[in-house]
Amino acid sequence: MTSPAATSTVVRVRVNGHEIESLVPVRLTVAELLRDRLGLTGTKVSCEMQVCGVCTVLVDGDPVSSCTALACDLDGTDVLTVEGLAQGRDLHPVQEAFMAANALQCGFCTPGFIMMAVALLEDHPDAEPDEIREWMDGNLCRCTGYAPIETAVTVAASRLPAATAEDDQ
Amino acid sequence: MTAGPRRDAWEKVTGRARYAVDMVLPNMAHAAVVRSERAHARIVGIDRAEAEAAPGVIAVVTADDLGDLGRRFGHIVPDHCVLADGKVRYYGEPVAVVVAETPHEAADAAELVWVDYDDLPARTDSAGALASDVLIHEQSYAEPGREFLGVAPTPSADNVAHRNELAWGDAEAALAAAATVVETTATFPFVYGYAMETYNALADWQPGSLHVVSTAQHPLMVRKELARMFSLPLAAVRVEVPYIGGGYGSKSYTKLEPLAAAASWASGRPVKVTTDVEAAMYTTRADGAVVTVRTGFDADARICARDIDIRFDTGAYADNSPLVLTKSINRSFGPYRIPNLRVRGVAAYTNTTPASSYRGFGAPQGALAGELNMDMAAERLGIDPVELRRRNLLAPGETIIDGKRPLDADLVADLDAIVAALDRAAPTRAHAPAHVAENVSAADPASAPAAASVHDAGTGTLRGRAVAVTASDAGASPISTAQVRMHADGSVTLLVSSTEMGQGSRTALAQIVARELHVALDAVAVGQSDTRFTPFEWTTGASRTTTVVGLAVQAACADLWNNLRARAADSAGVPVEDVRVSDGLIHVDGETLTPAEVIRQWFGADAGEVVGVGVIRRDGATAMLPPFWEIGAVGVEVSVDTGTGEVTVEHLVTVGDVGHAVNPDLVKGQDLGAATQGLGIALWEEMVYDGEQLTNPNLVEYRVPRLRDTPRRITSVLAERGDGAGPYGVKGAGEGALNPVPAAVAAAVGRAVGVWPTELPLTPPRVWSLLQQAVDPTR
Repeated sequence: MTSPAATSTVVRVRVNGHEIESLVPVRLTVAELLRDRLGLTGTKVSCEMQVCGVCTVLVDGDPVSSCTALACDLDGTDVLTVEGLAQGRDLHPVQEAFMAANALQCGFCTPGFIMMAVALLEDHPDAEPDEIREWMDGNLCRCTGYAPIETAVTVAASRLPAATAEDDQ
Repeated sequence: MTAGPRRDAWEKVTGRARYAVDMVLPNMAHAAVVRSERAHARIVGIDRAEAEAAPGVIAVVTADDLGDLGRRFGHIVPDHCVLADGKVRYYGEPVAVVVAETPHEAADAAELVWVDYDDLPARTDSAGALASDVLIHEQSYAEPGREFLGVAPTPSADNVAHRNELAWGDAEAALAAAATVVETTATFPFVYGYAMETYNALADWQPGSLHVVSTAQHPLMVRKELARMFSLPLAAVRVEVPYIGGGYGSKSYTKLEPLAAAASWASGRPVKVTTDVEAAMYTTRADGAVVTVRTGFDADARICARDIDIRFDTGAYADNSPLVLTKSINRSFGPYRIPNLRVRGVAAYTNTTPASSYRGFGAPQGALAGELNMDMAAERLGIDPVELRRRNLLAPGETIIDGKRPLDADLVADLDAIVAALDRAAPTRAHAPAHVAENVSAADPASAPAAASVHDAGTGTLRGRAVAVTASDAGASPISTAQVRMHADGSVTLLVSSTEMGQGSRTALAQIVARELHVALDAVAVGQSDTRFTPFEWTTGASRTTTVVGLAVQAACADLWNNLRARAADSAGVPVEDVRVSDGLIHVDGETLTPAEVIRQWFGADAGEVVGVGVIRRDGATAMLPPFWEIGAVGVEVSVDTGTGEVTVEHLVTVGDVGHAVNPDLVKGQDLGAATQGLGIALWEEMVYDGEQLTNPNLVEYRVPRLRDTPRRITSVLAERGDGAGPYGVKGAGEGALNPVPAAVAAAVGRAVGVWPTELPLTPPRVWSLLQQAVDPTR
């Protein structure tokens, strides 16, 4: 069960606001840390080549493919996963928009899309439809045909609190 | 109008939804699969010593270690090796399983299993395999007397997995006498379903029992195969299927479950087996096909005969392909009036990934050649292609195939709705796709023009339009059982074994319960797909759930009402005939009671429950097969960049001819999702073999539709004419909107370019080549 100490390292990372300290093999991916060690299975894995986007989490606010990022590189960072979006029972506006727009079917891609949309709208709450299309093109969905997802992100953009906009730059 | 968000929406947007890949069991071990690095070879030896000595390894399992377990599975032909037994038949076939404490240790040790091969000639194309003397299976595994949905492959001493034929009249003579004969040959690529949750299974074998959690669409089919493999009673095998991360038919029947179960049995531990995308592409794909259609027309452009040859490339094992071939035969000639028909189909074994079900189930393969042929015929006959179809389409109630359910759809009205949508001016909103929804009634007026092409030399783009129509004998077998349990407060638990893979069955079936029992939707809980607790279900496929399971749910609710009446009569001491039910209330002995009051009164406590069971079989509304004809009716307008050959879908029109939409949002979601997968096949998706090996087993080189590929304009029409056999006139949705799309895109591109395509996908190089042929036909 244990890995040789020489190929492991200690990481200290905040995950959804909680301080985590863990001895991880250097080859452990962020997705493996989240899913297998922390039980945060909301983050999914599919293509394992940074093409599909289902494994997207935010590291210090930037979207990262957790399937190919290494857990050891997280030291000192702040990680946000889909489990960390809601404030108690209150969903994030992007989550609400996905529900309202019926922007999911099997749901496997949904956490990745939501995290990607959150990353976009945190920085660009007034994103134009073209920007949304370009930004979200890095995530794959095999069920919906995308139009409802585009609608959800557009609706979320229009509903995000203005306070977020002031944080921009 | 809408029923609010899907029932699974909250779980899915918060990451709380559980999929098989998320499941863990105490003391769980992990497996890695050693896969063949040859397409066709004898296994000379397997050296496992190094792997067994590697850190964390619990067991290395090969075919030789399976003891008394069944070595092969397959619901139609049990030809499929759990682990390669003596030889490998395709690149990527499982040869051994390494069980270890962690996934990393299992993967590391799998690299240390050394397999010696003695190469055999490999055939990765169906024509080559059919002509070859080298047999992929040295013996036939077809079992005499065994049949599945009427399909019974016969032993064959060649590389034929299945042959079938459908004929009436005298097609040869009618073609000889026809005024015009038009021939089309089209090649349908190998495609991969790419369900984003790749195949995985977790198995826990214990003496006398087996528990498997997997991504299976059809848990009861898997249970049957596992019971046979382990010589266990059906009741001793529990197959549990949580949310499935995409199915599209690719998770039909048995996949990784025997491997996981064998690994658990061999190691004495619960074992999880997963696949990456590459291994998933080695697990199942859709049948590739070469289809030739010859259609004869009389002087009035009416079809006098169709003669069709279908050759499937089925891969190394039969899986569901014999049934897919049979369905492809039934679906290839289209819902037209055809006095003389002959369709011959053959499914060939090749040294490639086994092919099986995929959304549409043989229909897209047949329709590509069949519907393209109608467009080529229209050109030859000098008739508008929509008019040619109108002239030949069957009317509601007419026979498609003798002995089967008559056509339960108005196809001419569907066609008119498509043409009207294509002709309507685009909404002014610029580039954002307008997801326009409309409802047409059966009496929608016909509108005029047709598919057309516009050549705009100024901008270097060509435009083309096309429509395509398909009818599929869908619904599979009408065998379904549902149980509704009403609790002491009047709320209800529905139990079904239909799986939830995104189509929204959990939502739609709950809506039917709420409607039948006059309870609030929030008072209905749904338990699904755990064979230990939920009742029998044939499959979740063939677009059958809302129709067939919906009927079972309706019957269960009727049974529940009867049982409530009996309890009320018993409590009141009156004959059951004196108890009346209306508007969700029970009238007995001058009193009006809620169902909850009846339950509490009968048990004499605030406790208890009353159960209703609904059973559907080949009887009543579903006596005649198919349970419904699933209609595909689409129109597309494309533009072609003459400089690059790139195709853009300008407008997609789908008609959801579903009889009644229990949940319109879900139906539209099925239609757009299915059509988008059709666009993927039409324009981008293809598994490419170069020699013995798949060259693009990943999502970089196997390109699926992306967000920016969505059509610039999308019109989703629902046609609700109440003409289905399901509850409230329902017919199924799910596959229909995929089936005609590859054909429609091919025809639209052909019309734009001026040369008819013969092969999909229509990638820029292929379209560019068509553009060159348009200028110089010798190229």
